[in-house]
Amino acid sequence: MTLSLEPVEARTAPDARPPDGALRRFLSKNRASIGTLAVFVVMMAVFIVASPQVFTHWQIYDSVLVTLPVALCLVVPLVFVVAVGEIDLSFPATMGFSAWIFALLVQAGFSPFLAILGALATGMLLGYCVGALVVTASLSSLIATLGMNYMLRGLIMIITQGKSIALLDLQDAAAGRLFSGEFFGFPVQMFWALGFVAFAGLLFNRHRFGARVHAVGDHPDSAQQMGINVNRIRIATFVFMGLGAALAGVFSTMINYTWWPTTGDGYLLPAIASVFVGGTPTWGGIGTITGGAIGALIVSFIQSGIVAAGLSGFYVQFFNGLIIILALLGHRWNQKRYR
Amino acid sequence: MRERLVELRNVAKSYGRVFAVGGVDLHVDRGEVVGLLGDNGAGKSTLIKILAGAIQPTSGEILVRGKIETHWNAARSRDAGIETVFQDRALAVQQSIVRNIFMGREITTWFGLLNSAREHREAERLMREIGFTSKVFTPDSIVGQLSGGERQGVALARAIYNKADLIVMDEPTTALSLTETEKVFRFVRTVRAGGRSVLFIGHNIHHVFDIAERFVVMDRGRIALQATKQEVGSAERLIAFMENVAHPQGVASFDPASLEAGASS
Repeated sequence: MTLSLEPVEARTAPDARPPDGALRRFLSKNRASIGTLAVFVVMMAVFIVASPQVFTHWQIYDSVLVTLPVALCLVVPLVFVVAVGEIDLSFPATMGFSAWIFALLVQAGFSPFLAILGALATGMLLGYCVGALVVTASLSSLIATLGMNYMLRGLIMIITQGKSIALLDLQDAAAGRLFSGEFFGFPVQMFWALGFVAFAGLLFNRHRFGARVHAVGDHPDSAQQMGINVNRIRIATFVFMGLGAALAGVFSTMINYTWWPTTGDGYLLPAIASVFVGGTPTWGGIGTITGGAIGALIVSFIQSGIVAAGLSGFYVQFFNGLIIILALLGHRWNQKRYR
Repeated sequence: MRERLVELRNVAKSYGRVFAVGGVDLHVDRGEVVGLLGDNGAGKSTLIKILAGAIQPTSGEILVRGKIETHWNAARSRDAGIETVFQDRALAVQQSIVRNIFMGREITTWFGLLNSAREHREAERLMREIGFTSKVFTPDSIVGQLSGGERQGVALARAIYNKADLIVMDEPTTALSLTETEKVFRFVRTVRAGGRSVLFIGHNIHHVFDIAERFVVMDRGRIALQATKQEVGSAERLIAFMENVAHPQGVASFDPASLEAGASS
């Protein structure tokens, strides 16, 4: 037997070297969102095969695209909150509350644009309150935001006595045309929502704030030792969540020009599912905006897809859950967790 | 006399009624390598965390270049030219090397957007400087994929990026191989040669004795000895002193004064 004195590294290096090339780098950097896209493609393929007459016509896509902007405005900021290592369950009530302010301002005769600004400010303020409560009192965000959700919703119910507000005048206003209806055959809100997703993606991946969200979610102590104001970053993600919720509230009110005291309630679980189906892990430090957006698309399509495929509504929940579990398993296999 | 870079005056840190650090005076001058020694729980790490701004002292003053600092925190400490390589390295392991090097200190263009190209160039330069010989790793590599020594390299690269006047290293050689330890020593000498200061905390007295020119020994939250290399004379005498501090009854005849006597003989 001969003993090789060649350094080990020299022998193994050529194999250990990761493959070069922009495409490979792109794939490995975006594995989570590409995985989510694969889930979406497979799901849609199954739907198309199961029910070609429905899924080859535009109508089904149009119906999904109506509510998708609302979902996108919630899911995308929620990715920030999860990536920073927290969770927010209060956004449905924040959404309802901000939209309520919007409706009240419009009803009181203010310009709808001013009312939108009022709603956004309300959302951010509520987000700040939730964030400050969670962060400065170091409460569990899971429980504290759940409590906030009930409390805010309760407050809405107490004051409005469960009555809705109709804003039919908006239909003919400039704001109505700008934030509702269709544009080139697409719901106009879709363009705004995509703009919001792009903005959030820039903030998450290319901005100092996003870099710090990653650092804080990954290792709060390290971030603090490197001079990052950890609490400020955490609160800021809740403020951003409030902004997204307010936007979602305005959009959902604009769809039918009616504000309901329950506005936002139905979005809690689908939005959270979308974040995780999208490939953002639960433990913080990493996340994907693109994945979250595709996750929202998947979750939006499950419901209409299953009904359209000819199964009765009783199957919806079962397949909803199945697709979530399968997506999570896929991401677990696709992504490695570093400690 | 060399410029007094950093000075801690009567700094104390208590948790309830327990003093982790009880009234410590410590200074580092420009261009010197100070070795901070002491047993586990002597308060070394607490002291350097105070210096790094990671924890707030209960009482005492911190002076940088002769000026008393108020509102001392981690960001202030780094702005004042103090970079700390923490014992746990303070890395975010799911992030890339470049994100770790610029953590809390991102290079940005307008509106806070990251200057990714410049960050990558700087990261590559720093990695070469630190001695990342393996071409396997790029600035985009995830820190979680790196070995302990390589992670230490990332922490060191981060510490030198800002041309800090003082680099504080908390047990940088613990759990490192011989060659990696040698790399750390080479790093300290390079920093020293550049006219900058190092505060080196260590368990291995031989290591610390080799690298430092002045020694501070802590014991149960207090300073037990401050002496130059000349005064101490040899690593063995330093070890003897520390054993005496830890178990006073064992070597009852030993006192710090004998160190000075030894050095002058």
